[in-house]
Amino acid sequence: MLSQFFWAFVVGGLICVIGQIMLDVFKLTPAHMLTILVVSGAIMDGFGLYEPLIDFAGAGATVPITSFGNALVHGAMAEAEQNGLIGIVTGIFEVTSAGISSAIIFGFLAALVFKPKG
Amino acid sequence: MSDKKKKKLTPIQKEYQLFAKEREPQRPLLANCLRAFLFGGLICTVGQVFTYLYMAFFDFTEKTAGDPTVATMIFISVLLTGLGVYDHLAQWAGAGTAVPVTGFANAVASAAIEHRSEGFVLGVAANMFKLAGSVIVFGTFAAFVIALIRVTITKMGG
Repeated sequence: MLSQFFWAFVVGGLICVIGQIMLDVFKLTPAHMLTILVVSGAIMDGFGLYEPLIDFAGAGATVPITSFGNALVHGAMAEAEQNGLIGIVTGIFEVTSAGISSAIIFGFLAALVFKPKG
Repeated sequence: MSDKKKKKLTPIQKEYQLFAKEREPQRPLLANCLRAFLFGGLICTVGQVFTYLYMAFFDFTEKTAGDPTVATMIFISVLLTGLGVYDHLAQWAGAGTAVPVTGFANAVASAAIEHRSEGFVLGVAANMFKLAGSVIVFGTFAAFVIALIRVTITKMGG
């Protein structure tokens, strides 16, 4: 159990360092950096590399934004196996629903409650 | 400035670009990376704690505990954004707060709160994905292409 926390910390931290290097060395904007990370997560899952990383690092692999790309491909593939090609379109948000809907719901609630600062 | 744009500059503008580049403050790469590593790692460790809690007290397996964990992290991040704490953390931690899913939630919530004065339909709702939208658009399109390739390969008996 302790080693799981350790690897979550190390792998999660390393993914963030990759992001920081993109910002500082290649002078990308945060939006470009996040886009590249999401697309690389999707590509990694295309080769079947992201699932083993989740088994190894747990939340260290599921919490960074790269897992968003992984989850999109995963949902699409799962539905495509059941329903054929149309499943790609119907299943793409299957797994990421938790992330997107909670961001919308909590974000909207926050806009109701909080006033802009500064 | 990209190389393509540089070609169109007059000599004086080129001189100015050099002048500005010399005086641009150096970014402390090593310190930034260390902070990103520590903070990003910390956020993922907190995520791991929630994963264990959901597995211990609710009926989740290691695979399914990811969804409620992400939702909880997003809730905390939105709360901290609303209280004005997250922006201070982000200033210090750089990519360490931007790369985890909490950064995505921060982008959504801060855009929503910021445009509140323009009304709920045209302000909050229309601007909510102003920053986070690019992630969703490119992620979805990339996933579509990759899933299409993989399905085609499997169908052809690969």
